[in-house]
Amino acid sequence: MGVVDFTFYLFSLTTVLAGLFVVVARNPVHSVLWLILAFLSTAGLFVLIGAEFVAMLLIIVYVGAVAVLFLFVVMMLDVDFAELKAEMAKYVPLAGLIGVVILIQLSMAFGSWQFSEGFDGRLGNPTPALSEMHNTEALGAILYDRYFLLFQLAGLILLVAMIGAIVLTLRHRTDIKRQNVLAQMYRDPAKAMELKDVKPGQGL
Amino acid sequence: MVEFFTTTGLGITLLTVGQILLLVVPLLVALAFLMYADRKIWAAVQMRRGPNIVGAFGLLQSFADFLKYILKEVVFPAGADRAVFLLAPMVSLVMALIAWAVIPFDDGWVLADLNVAVLYVMAISSLEVYGVIMGGWASNSKYPFLGSLRSAAQMISYEVSLGLIVIGIVISTGSLNFGAIVAAQDGNLGLLNWYWLPHFPMLILFFISALAETNRPPFDLPEAESELVAGYQVEYSSTPFLLFMIGELVAVVLMCALVALLFFGGWLSPIPGLPDGIWWMSIKILLVFFVFSMVKAITPRYRYDQLMRIGWKVFLPLSLGWVVLVSFAAKFELFGGAYARWMVGG
Amino acid sequence: MLASDLSILLPEIILAVFAMLGLITAVYTSKDGLAPVLVWLTVAVFVGVAAMIGLSGGPTQSAFGGMFIDDGFSRFAKVVILLSAAAILLVGQEFMVRDDLMRFEYPMLITLAAVGMMVMVSAGDLMTLYMGLELQSLSLYVVAALRRDSARSTEAGLKYFVLGALSSGLLLYGASLTYGFAGTTLFSGIFEAAEGGASLGLVFGLVFMIAGLAFKVSAAPFHMWTPDVYEGSPTPVTAFFATAPKVAAMGLFARLAHDAFGGVVGDWQQIVALLAVFSMFLGAIAAIGQTDIKRLMAYSSITHMGFALMGLAAGDEQGVSAMLIYMAIYVTMNIGTFAFILSMTRDGRHVTNISALNGLSSREPVKALALLVLMFSLAGVPPLVGFFGKYAVLVAAVNAGLNWLAILGVIASVIGAFYYIRIVYFMYFGEEREPLDPSGNRLAMVGLMTAAAIMLLGVFNLFGIDDLAMAAAATLVN
Repeated sequence: MGVVDFTFYLFSLTTVLAGLFVVVARNPVHSVLWLILAFLSTAGLFVLIGAEFVAMLLIIVYVGAVAVLFLFVVMMLDVDFAELKAEMAKYVPLAGLIGVVILIQLSMAFGSWQFSEGFDGRLGNPTPALSEMHNTEALGAILYDRYFLLFQLAGLILLVAMIGAIVLTLRHRTDIKRQNVLAQMYRDPAKAMELKDVKPGQGL
Repeated sequence: MVEFFTTTGLGITLLTVGQILLLVVPLLVALAFLMYADRKIWAAVQMRRGPNIVGAFGLLQSFADFLKYILKEVVFPAGADRAVFLLAPMVSLVMALIAWAVIPFDDGWVLADLNVAVLYVMAISSLEVYGVIMGGWASNSKYPFLGSLRSAAQMISYEVSLGLIVIGIVISTGSLNFGAIVAAQDGNLGLLNWYWLPHFPMLILFFISALAETNRPPFDLPEAESELVAGYQVEYSSTPFLLFMIGELVAVVLMCALVALLFFGGWLSPIPGLPDGIWWMSIKILLVFFVFSMVKAITPRYRYDQLMRIGWKVFLPLSLGWVVLVSFAAKFELFGGAYARWMVGG
Repeated sequence: MLASDLSILLPEIILAVFAMLGLITAVYTSKDGLAPVLVWLTVAVFVGVAAMIGLSGGPTQSAFGGMFIDDGFSRFAKVVILLSAAAILLVGQEFMVRDDLMRFEYPMLITLAAVGMMVMVSAGDLMTLYMGLELQSLSLYVVAALRRDSARSTEAGLKYFVLGALSSGLLLYGASLTYGFAGTTLFSGIFEAAEGGASLGLVFGLVFMIAGLAFKVSAAPFHMWTPDVYEGSPTPVTAFFATAPKVAAMGLFARLAHDAFGGVVGDWQQIVALLAVFSMFLGAIAAIGQTDIKRLMAYSSITHMGFALMGLAAGDEQGVSAMLIYMAIYVTMNIGTFAFILSMTRDGRHVTNISALNGLSSREPVKALALLVLMFSLAGVPPLVGFFGKYAVLVAAVNAGLNWLAILGVIASVIGAFYYIRIVYFMYFGEEREPLDPSGNRLAMVGLMTAAAIMLLGVFNLFGIDDLAMAAAATLVN
């Protein structure tokens, strides 16, 4: 077993185990930490197949931003997870049934996909081989050239999300005193203070 | 013999471990003296003498501190989550150290010559926040938790502007590799070729953001001794505390190295004609570190809301605007192609 | 290449840039104080862009390698979307001001939703479809919860969001299956892949995508969110939900069915017909017991979607043109009816219970008459315009050999007529208890009267809309 194989199995095993512990951990904070480990191992797997850009993005976006939010939420919200889990237990049979149905569908679809006509043609790579262009460049070329429209539309969607968050939560309070930072910084000591030479024993 | 190290799996592993040790050991030794330098500079500004007892001129002070830390008892607060409590300082140190894997000290002197080195550093520095959050949470105490939340919010906020600032440089270079970024700064004008000149506004922003990102003064509010005791580290003692401290300092030196690489040409010689080499890189790191120490000594601490305001309302728009400007300057090769270096170097 | 692509997208770009400029201007000036001005500006921009699209003409163009299609069909749908959105903004303005909901984000979110809808009806690729759909839905989730201090409005927003996310999930699941089996996300590519019979995977994908879209058009059995969301949202927002997004979703439905799966009509015809039957009957029967007029309109819109789907189920050019005619008429009737609902106040507060209409005819005969015309038209009573819409889809269904569907449609519309006529009965013969205020909402009155007048005057030639719809449908089905 070469180094690469060993690394692959190491990362895959950690991913699967960490995924398992996300579900079985009793403490929700531990769950999030296991989730982070799962993300990191997945990023390792991405590196192994030569997709280093995606790997870094996975870490920056999911571990660096999304999981931090998760962590904040589970640490600060007073959620009774035991109760939540008990509630969920009622729906386990139904969820299991749906899961099994979807699994069967997926395997059917995937099976017929692999054996359908013209399968190889459809697997065609959208990007050139790694030896010709490394994948940061290849991704950039696709994202900003071929899918320019979609990229911009995604930007608009995020804008709407931002507006929505502000519209629904921002309350401009009028009954509080606000700071004017510029006014503070441009205060002139000569105007704000008055220096008096006080004679000893006399007062003002 | 050579083949053993380049072809067999065991050999490659050994070689890699050797390289890592070659990087980490000098780094940690250097750190001990940087710590000492930091305190000496601080003392000098305040007209004190600073450490001067252990060894000649107090040179061995850091080693004495080190021994003291590891010989004390590790105290676990009641109700602390022991595993996470211990994990936090380790994460802090390990994250700070592994970022060095992609930092080159000379042409080709780098552990991992990644294509996405800049992204890698951003990714790792976004992980450093976990040490802080985990430490604060696992202590099972209000003050560390509050301190860790403030710290985490601060680190996340400034990561955003750090990332945007670096994008300007990446656009100019056309590569995410540090080697290529340094190569793009090479030229026959010496130090006038480096990025600090065309990207001067961003140099300032980067430096300030780096201070905030590493929780250094004047942005050390999370551990503001006078108000919050010591932020997320309140409950820590002994070796775990030492790990936190080393991790923090490694992160600071990493930021110095980044400033040197991104803005000051890394190992390039400032004067045309002189040979390039690792000594230039070291000198530049030391100089930037000196400025870090001076800032610590001479600036008053920021207020938390001011810190957040300057991060989100000043730095973010400024760096975003700069990215747009640089994109235009690079695309149309304005200013004699000063912003479009991928033609010449990278 | 980029420049020519962008010029095809010019209307969308104008609207998006307008939304961003409007936001920035309002944020840096008087914030919500600018909102009424922005509403008028938005209306002007909508009408201007609609005129630009309507008068542009020209052959079918596609941009970004076929991901965005600009043809007669999309232009027809876009004009209907923009004009109805403009009308709703106008008639709802006074309501928003009175209820202190006039935030400057409201017209801007509507504008961004309009951009999403225009992208939807122009989609030539599964990804464009999804992007347009999400842009539209996300804006709508926010405006549904605009009255954020009211539990019902936030509940409406949340319910809409959760079920909308579920339907997006279904849609994406179907889209990924389709991509896997067709090897491309382009509609034209899927069309080729499905030629000579779709594979099992493609059919699976198609079914999931239809389910997702049925959620968006609120066709039974995917309609559960509709009554609650309609009831909880601020009334102008409800009015908006009932009009433009429905046109966009039906347009998207038609585009997916014909552009991507036009070669295998048999595979989706039965499903769409079934959806149509469920919607027509469920809407007609469930509406009977309603006491809140907004809930009633929700079920009414479910019924109407059923009829529009009947046109789609025909699966040919005539069906699509019938659907377009139906949607245009439906939108006009709904604008009129909602203009009336918006003007219903008692002691200065908005009311929506049907019993408030009791005895309206004796107090305000003109208003009552206008609503009578609209109700008869919604019920499809000849010779009002609403009848011609129903007639067009029924004829399309019969011509496509779906006689059973047409017969069921007639039965459903007879059942549905009951509750429309019940409202008329209340107005003319109901016993008045607590009278409504005489309306001061002038813009809403203009909307109501115009819609009623259209219902009467359109009888002569439908304002030529059938020819336009025919031409538009011809560009989609070939």
